[in-house]
Amino acid sequence: MLLRALREPASMAGFDAEAWDLVARQARSAGLLGRLGALAREAGIEDSVPQPVQRHLEAQLTIAGQQQRAVRWELLQLTRALAEIEGPVLLLKGAAYAAAGLPPAAGRLFGDIDLLVPKSQIDAAEAALMLDGWVGGQRSAYDQRYYRQWMHEIPPMTHIRRQTVLDLHHNILPETARIRTRPDLILASAQMLPEHPRFSIPAPDDLVLHSATHLFHEGEWQHGLRDLADLDALLRARGGEPQHWDRLLARAELLNLGRPLFYGLRYCQQLLSTPLPAGLLERCPGRPGARAAAAMDVLFIPALATLHPSCRQPGSGFAAWALYVRSHWLRMPPHLLLPHLAQKFWQTHMSERFAADDAAPSGRPRPGAQR
Amino acid sequence: MLTLGALDADTLRRQLARGLTLSAGPFRFRVQSSMPCVGSGLARLYTAFPVEPDAGFRDFHVAVHRVAGPRRWLRPQVNFHLDGHAPFRPLPAAQAFAMLEWGMNWCIAGQAHHYLLLHAAALERHGRAVILPGDPGAGKSTLTAALMLSGWRLLSDELAMIDRDDGLAVALARPVSLKNQSIEIIRSFDRGAVIGEIARDTHKGTVSHLRPSADSVARMHEKARPAHIVFPRWKAGAEPSLRPRAKADAFMHTASHAFNYSLLGRLGFDLNAALTDACDCWDFEYSKLDDALRTFAELAT
Repeated sequence: MLLRALREPASMAGFDAEAWDLVARQARSAGLLGRLGALAREAGIEDSVPQPVQRHLEAQLTIAGQQQRAVRWELLQLTRALAEIEGPVLLLKGAAYAAAGLPPAAGRLFGDIDLLVPKSQIDAAEAALMLDGWVGGQRSAYDQRYYRQWMHEIPPMTHIRRQTVLDLHHNILPETARIRTRPDLILASAQMLPEHPRFSIPAPDDLVLHSATHLFHEGEWQHGLRDLADLDALLRARGGEPQHWDRLLARAELLNLGRPLFYGLRYCQQLLSTPLPAGLLERCPGRPGARAAAAMDVLFIPALATLHPSCRQPGSGFAAWALYVRSHWLRMPPHLLLPHLAQKFWQTHMSERFAADDAAPSGRPRPGAQR
Repeated sequence: MLTLGALDADTLRRQLARGLTLSAGPFRFRVQSSMPCVGSGLARLYTAFPVEPDAGFRDFHVAVHRVAGPRRWLRPQVNFHLDGHAPFRPLPAAQAFAMLEWGMNWCIAGQAHHYLLLHAAALERHGRAVILPGDPGAGKSTLTAALMLSGWRLLSDELAMIDRDDGLAVALARPVSLKNQSIEIIRSFDRGAVIGEIARDTHKGTVSHLRPSADSVARMHEKARPAHIVFPRWKAGAEPSLRPRAKADAFMHTASHAFNYSLLGRLGFDLNAALTDACDCWDFEYSKLDDALRTFAELAT
């Protein structure tokens, strides 16, 4: 149902209260309720939506609007803090879409601001942010080492007064990842934002490539469908000129991101009916063999269904777990991966069990619990 | 119309285990729980609420369930779920009903941005609504309970909602939450007051809830035009005093105590400005409920 609403927004006009009772929940848990609101508005069918549902859609658009205001405000603050950093400072994902008013921004909610700076500037950027009131959360020594030695970002930083969360990256893939890309090329072709000249966003092709890479390498399955919808919105906005698509494939080859692009295009087309030029997938660099692609189908499609209890089916829990392992497999070689997963298992399962009795004051939201 | 209070205990238990649809003002909740105390709490406090068919669009699918694991027998705990997701840490099982009430408030406060949501109580008499923003400890809930028991129509206790389409105060008619001494005060104020089970040692102290009046429930779909904003303050031994409060000051106070003022952006400013403009704003200090009722009777004329 949710996929149908995303594919053909006009079909939402025909949903009855019963259908909405399910679709609204699926969309909310996938982080796509605001997107449905934006699509309904765009299709001009808002008034065919039952009134109680309309109120929820409107509420989500209100939150999205506030986040977009908040991001612009943060950028003004960050402009000062990061004035001394050499080279471009790139916004990624949600913040980039919001600041540049790109199609995925409509009705989209996001949790934190993702920045990409040249690796040579990461220490200077971290120091400048700390002076401006951004602090890293309390993390174990293990987490610190995990981020700093192996990852493509430093541990998330939170502003002490505004509580905004910021992720500072120097690459779009971990240092230890199986595929290597060229962040220097992404930084070099970034486009400056006229309203916030301190910041840039990746060039249009790089936005698509990063969106696909993020989806298939981060293992954040709770956002899987939303990330796919972002990619869909970016692809739909590209228009039909064949040379644009050729350029995208060439860029994927150059950045060594053909494989994630292939999967991104494939699932956009399969699940969201994203219009793509004929033969594009066949020409995609890094295209996996038919058997590997079929294996991904078995994992990917059910994993999206774990987003909401109503669509869980036998095997979807396994699929999500397998994809989590896969995303780690792609991140780091086995001699790093196994100790890491063991450590994570200990941290999430065992330490909580031992700490259960001194739980924080009850009735308060759990840290990190958000919808 | 079948009301929740009219269901026999067995039917209620079965319905609740499957999912019970309950309207509170503009919201429809689907409540699910296998815990008997949640059922008895609902029967006692939501007595006059209609039982609706378990179908159609529900704003919030909520549940209160026991937490599984070895603690089930030792020190049983419960948790609140919104559509399968648990946003809070578990609480002792004795607080199950209170947790449902808090969870329902949390759903509205976090998602109902079709309304300006003020941390205030709201009541109505003769078509005029009074908004009572109150800092914790100001005696807002006690005053709200006493007013309702004296014939005022309860709109809401913790969350005053102003509709963004027409600026009117919206009713929820859900139970009034009473804390600590106010439970005894209300019990002796009105021997007929129906108060739910008492949950001790919660993060808010001792907590219970008061059943909303039949008139409040029957008219839960009726909005009311705000006429007064009163900032109550209970002070031991104080003579009742009602003094005008500067509108700019009242505006700042309601804005800073709203759940979604800045989220609504310009709309939040406009709604709050229209509300403060339309209302007389007052500071009210009192020590005796009877004095307070007399003052409010005058405000309603």
